[in-house]
Amino acid sequence: MDIQERNKKYIEYVELVSPKASWGKSLFNAFLIGGGICVFGQMCADILRYFLPMTDNVTISAWSSMMIITIAIFLTAFGVFDNIARFAGAGTIVPITGFANSIASCAIEFKKEGLIFGLGAKMFFVAGPVIVNGVAFSMIAGVIYWIITLL
Amino acid sequence: MAKRLGKQTYALEKPIHIISTATIVGEKEKNGPLKAYFEHCTEDDMMGEKTFEKAERKMMESCIDLVLEKAHITEQDIDLLIGGDLLNQLVTMNYSARSLNVPFLGVYGACSTMSESLAIAACLLDAGVGEIITCATGSHFSTAERQFRTPLELGNQRQTYSQWTVTGMGSCILSCKGKGPCVRMVTFGKVTDYGIKDIANMGAAMAPAAMDTLYTFFQDTKTEPKDYDLILSGDLGKLGSDILKDLMREKGYILEENYEDCGHMIYSASQKTFQGGSGTGCSASVFCSYVYKKLCNKQFKKIIFMATGALMSTVTNQQGDSIPGIAHLVVIENSSVAK
Repeated sequence: MDIQERNKKYIEYVELVSPKASWGKSLFNAFLIGGGICVFGQMCADILRYFLPMTDNVTISAWSSMMIITIAIFLTAFGVFDNIARFAGAGTIVPITGFANSIASCAIEFKKEGLIFGLGAKMFFVAGPVIVNGVAFSMIAGVIYWIITLL
Repeated sequence: MAKRLGKQTYALEKPIHIISTATIVGEKEKNGPLKAYFEHCTEDDMMGEKTFEKAERKMMESCIDLVLEKAHITEQDIDLLIGGDLLNQLVTMNYSARSLNVPFLGVYGACSTMSESLAIAACLLDAGVGEIITCATGSHFSTAERQFRTPLELGNQRQTYSQWTVTGMGSCILSCKGKGPCVRMVTFGKVTDYGIKDIANMGAAMAPAAMDTLYTFFQDTKTEPKDYDLILSGDLGKLGSDILKDLMREKGYILEENYEDCGHMIYSASQKTFQGGSGTGCSASVFCSYVYKKLCNKQFKKIIFMATGALMSTVTNQQGDSIPGIAHLVVIENSSVAK
């Protein structure tokens, strides 16, 4: 049997015997925690609006996002966030908490290599690709939108 | 001189005794099923140091000190130190050897380093190179995680087929004189790659290498699995050992109750490590505690110890290369029953 065929057969076999995560459970956990974070964010916004009735909506949503980011960073620093995320999966990664955690965790991890080449250089180790992709895809979306407006 | 059997196996002429062993493990390992066998445990995974790399080094140095103390010898008595770890440039082992002032050979076989070191040490002693050789290997969860995976506090989910790097060190002293179980045979493994690319599925990546070495060993020595009290693989984990059993069955050898895996043994299911432990420290700490004690009190008379290693780097993995595996095998017999 030639090597490529042997490997193909083996990879198929491994695929078959490797345990899979349960979809239903993962989705439910993500919905529970992710939804909870959104409800909490809305709660922050509503409380801010109650105490500062004259503030505009943009400022209020910026403030409530900042509150969630700050909490996520503190939870990361105290070593709690990764335990929640292990349970919630996309429930904590998709909201802004995931982004905050990715930067904070890298900052903690690489601080030991110094403030410039450690923390400074590697703080965006995980979040960097997200930013690059975000900018690249928004450019593509912008061009598509521009073409649509021409029609 | 060692006698060659078949293609890759060597039967040693002299009895090479393992006269003493020592282990240090982390808290998670201490809470596992083998807690009664681990002598020393550190609750502080930083070991009072500022970085995890320094902590790993300190653990390694303490483990070597401990084994010397137990054998009632000093570092001046050691002719050679052989060992390795998981980190780039073998920093843990190289830096630990710096403080010891003994001749040193650094070896890298990823998680197979313990059996690789034992095999090299036994062959050297058999050939008359030195009289006392110390082998030491180990790993630390937090340093391995940052080198091979992601930052510790990053909130992501681990794959259900992944394994957990053991925080643990194991060291042993081999000598032509003295008492203790003897290394009888060694089989040096070949690098085997069946094309697995998923860095989380190391059990599947290493199982073909384990099969290759074990199959070659049985062919070379014309023995069978039932001739041994224990066949112990390194850190294939639960999934990897199931795959190994399947692969061996295809080759006509059935691995039954006398087959065990260090990675599978070291953690309990409730510790949420999924497939079990991995890392250089996994086979080292299990071998130097549980297995050695059972060999000494004659619960095991003749065993196969085969640690397995996944030889990937993050660079080759990101470039799309598959993961090569390797497995080295040693046969250890209790001296009183040896021929």
